[in-house]
Amino acid sequence: MKNNFFTYTKKQCSDLIKGIYSNKVVLMFLILCIFGISTTGKPLTYTISEVFSRFSRNTFLVLALIIPVLAGLGLNFGIVVGAMAAQIAIFFVVYWGLSGVSGLLLCILLSTPIAILFGYLTGALYNKTKGAEMISGMVLAYFADGLYYLLFLFILGGVIPINNETLMISGGVGVKNTIDLTGNLKYSLDNISMLILVRTILTLYFIVSFANLWVRKNKEGRTIQIIKLVLIPITFGITFIPMVSQFMGTDRLLLLDAITIACVIAIIYAVVKLISIRFIQKDKDTDINRLISILIVAVISYGLTYIPAIYDITLAVYLPVCTYAAIILLCGFNRWLLSTRLGQNMRTVGQSRTVANSAGINVNKTRIIAMCLSTVLASWGQIIYLQNLGTFSTYGAHTMVGQYAIAALLVGGASVQKANNKHAILGVILFHTLFVVAPLSASNLFGSALIGEYFRVFICYGVIALSLAMHAWKTLKKPEVAKGDK
Amino acid sequence: MDTNYVLRMNNISKEYYGTQVLKNINLSVAPGEIHALMGENGAGKSTLMNILFGMPVIHNTGGFDGTIEVDGVPVVIDSPHKAMELGIGMVHQEFMLLPGFTITENIKIGREISNPTFISRIFGKSLEKLDQKAMAKDAKKALDTIGLNIEEYTRVKGLPVGYMQFIEIAREIDKSGIKLLIFDEPTAVLTESEADRLLDTMRLLAKKGIAIIFITHRIDEVMAVTDSMTVLRDGSLVDRVLTKDVNPVRIAEMMIGRKVEKLLDDTDDNRTISSDDIILDIKNIEVKMPGERVRGVDLAIRRGEIFGIGGLAGQGKIGIPNGIMGLYETTGSITFDGNEIDPKILGDALKKGIANVSEDRRGVGLLLNESIEQNITFTAMQIQGKFLKNYGITKLYDKKQALEHAKNMIKTLDIRCTGPDQAVGRLSGGNQQKVCIARALTLTPKLLIVAEPTRGIDIGAKKLVIELLAKLNREQGLTIIMVSSELNELRSICDRIAIVAEGKIARILKPEDPDAEFGLAMSGVKQEVHKDE
Repeated sequence: MKNNFFTYTKKQCSDLIKGIYSNKVVLMFLILCIFGISTTGKPLTYTISEVFSRFSRNTFLVLALIIPVLAGLGLNFGIVVGAMAAQIAIFFVVYWGLSGVSGLLLCILLSTPIAILFGYLTGALYNKTKGAEMISGMVLAYFADGLYYLLFLFILGGVIPINNETLMISGGVGVKNTIDLTGNLKYSLDNISMLILVRTILTLYFIVSFANLWVRKNKEGRTIQIIKLVLIPITFGITFIPMVSQFMGTDRLLLLDAITIACVIAIIYAVVKLISIRFIQKDKDTDINRLISILIVAVISYGLTYIPAIYDITLAVYLPVCTYAAIILLCGFNRWLLSTRLGQNMRTVGQSRTVANSAGINVNKTRIIAMCLSTVLASWGQIIYLQNLGTFSTYGAHTMVGQYAIAALLVGGASVQKANNKHAILGVILFHTLFVVAPLSASNLFGSALIGEYFRVFICYGVIALSLAMHAWKTLKKPEVAKGDK
Repeated sequence: MDTNYVLRMNNISKEYYGTQVLKNINLSVAPGEIHALMGENGAGKSTLMNILFGMPVIHNTGGFDGTIEVDGVPVVIDSPHKAMELGIGMVHQEFMLLPGFTITENIKIGREISNPTFISRIFGKSLEKLDQKAMAKDAKKALDTIGLNIEEYTRVKGLPVGYMQFIEIAREIDKSGIKLLIFDEPTAVLTESEADRLLDTMRLLAKKGIAIIFITHRIDEVMAVTDSMTVLRDGSLVDRVLTKDVNPVRIAEMMIGRKVEKLLDDTDDNRTISSDDIILDIKNIEVKMPGERVRGVDLAIRRGEIFGIGGLAGQGKIGIPNGIMGLYETTGSITFDGNEIDPKILGDALKKGIANVSEDRRGVGLLLNESIEQNITFTAMQIQGKFLKNYGITKLYDKKQALEHAKNMIKTLDIRCTGPDQAVGRLSGGNQQKVCIARALTLTPKLLIVAEPTRGIDIGAKKLVIELLAKLNREQGLTIIMVSSELNELRSICDRIAIVAEGKIARILKPEDPDAEFGLAMSGVKQEVHKDE
């Protein structure tokens, strides 16, 4: 067994190294980041806490890009329209004077149907321009920009009467350049306490399990279902214990606590799984190497927090729990979607439309669904982004959304045809580390922060151009190989 | 005798835009029978199969006449999906496999097994969770049936071509209730041993009661594996015969045989062609033209002759002229009139006196939006510097001279047009072809290569083009290499005809040789045969 596990670890490690080595972009950014971090002239705590806050702000948007890549639509520059849907919703919510959680929920409620409509239209456009989705997406973003200006500069106030002096340009036609979200939507998601989150999730889970028990036709596995139903209220009850509810009453979680909790959950999961496989099912075939490695990694990560330098950092960083929960949920959603029939259809369409068609898959419909999902997720992502930022630049907040999110995804090692959660997460970390570090290093080394600013803009577009060129080059080369000698 | 046929297609006729491509075709296959469907390119095999599969291309062009019966029940097949439901499966010539998917996923494509979950109960079937284990089990079963020993979770990417064919078959037989399986040129891309295994698999499937339609050009395979065959020629039915009643020569005759329409009236032939006077000597050339690969060809063209190159599409006959002209990557030695031609240098052959009329008239051959005059003079101007006036500092186009030449050509070649300034895109196919030839002649070549000179032009114009070529040959002593898929055409004009198969010269025949000789050379026993276009 031990021998077995060693070979498994070796293989995983060598795969990882090979993966990084074969993906030169990731390697390059890793080196740049390390170089940048070492030359900022600021304490490491500062950089890391900055990166964490940027991570919570941007990751959701980047994750929204994964589904279109899988469905063969390439990098969706059209997420800009999703961001616009979110901004329209935010404007009205601010105008109506809602704030906090209710404002946030209304934002989501409003932006979702708008985003679905936009996504449908984008999808329909992409279906007409098969093979040129990315350039259509870019041009679409400019076109949508024009309509967006029309709406915010003329229709709001000009056609729809809006009486609000803080929001509107004096004269009453057109919306002001910036909308301050402080006091209404700022931190409306970040500030939801863990307690509410946990209780909401448990309640929802209870309802789902109960309904599931009711809908399910076959009686198999009923006992497990019932055990679940009993366990959930018990867990719910635990949250009322004063000590627990006090700990969970906060909305920001110390990084140290987060790591501890994650490690404990991972260990419990691995142990429970191991026991159930080994001793209850007595299943010899299932690969348990993965579970063992989870155990070991969890223990090591926990051990690492006792190193003084890391300990200091973990004490300095606070994580907005709900935002991270949303990111984790979206990762889970992406994975879950792939295990469904719809997800499989999307992958099929992504690989070859002809094959999908001959297998009886409705290609156009699948692509439109993918676009709707992506646009809706992008609009939610933009809401998360803006509520964290706290100010909303009416005419500028959406313009760079597509480029930055795409660049981040590509930095993580994704390509036009291949992207997953790991790429997104790694990409956001690397890309935003560089964003934080570049101006600091530049002012430290050259005495001018502007050089760093130029550098990061250059990097953003450079990465996109490089990846698109590589994609074009690969697709050009492919047909020859395919048609060549057998 | 009343056999129970699994499939009967009765009196199938089909027109594409007024051209009759199928005339009263009957096709019937019994359960467990391996039935060959044979015919040349354009004989109507693909159209017949498209009809059977209810392909949109059929319905978009006005449907077809005739009836289809499956298991004795008349059916209407209006979509590929319907064909699938009726138990008709197809093993495609180009692999319909996704390289990024595992074998299981490929076999189960579009027919994944899924379990309902809570969410799918609310939002519909498409959100059901895939049951990977059950899918793997089914895939394994299908692979075992055809005797393919491979792990079902391997990715298709990187598998040998031979395996892919078998995965396609596995996918078809995994479909429940499959009654009829169509193999569209399955052995075209396989090596000999792989092809043998495929034939074994076909026998195995037939034993299980599945009817098989086997589309192929390889007569030896047909003899080896089939029970019966239907032969098509030019869209009409030649015959349905039992394999044991015929021999390869007879099959070749049925596929090729037709009355030779004379495209060329007898003319005075006072040429003297010597087999020692070689104008073009090709040794072992290989051309990497996609879809028309040449794999080592030796040819010696005699001065003053018309040399034909024939063969089925995809066998490499088009690759030979493209290789000589240096349009695709070429290796080997080409000696022309004592000079070595380097195929790596584009235009080298042109400079040394070989003119080429491309098979792709509208794509490569002509500048469609330019005038006749421009088209005729263009190549000569670029290569030989004709029609240019030297002003010392610079050379400018000599419009007067060019116009005169174009008018001259229009007169000699009888190009029907409104004048030399008419855009060639507006001309008819035959006249466009004449412009191409005029351009080639403007180069005053010693050797003219024409590829598919009669493609897409009507019969009257065809005759004119052929006569023109003969005239050039007889009167000016121009050596001509003519590449064509129309055997009839080659046989009416050429002195010798080389048949290309599998990128090599199969045989060099005389035009008077019997049909069967040509048929066997083209779809020959022991030769790898062609891909349908």
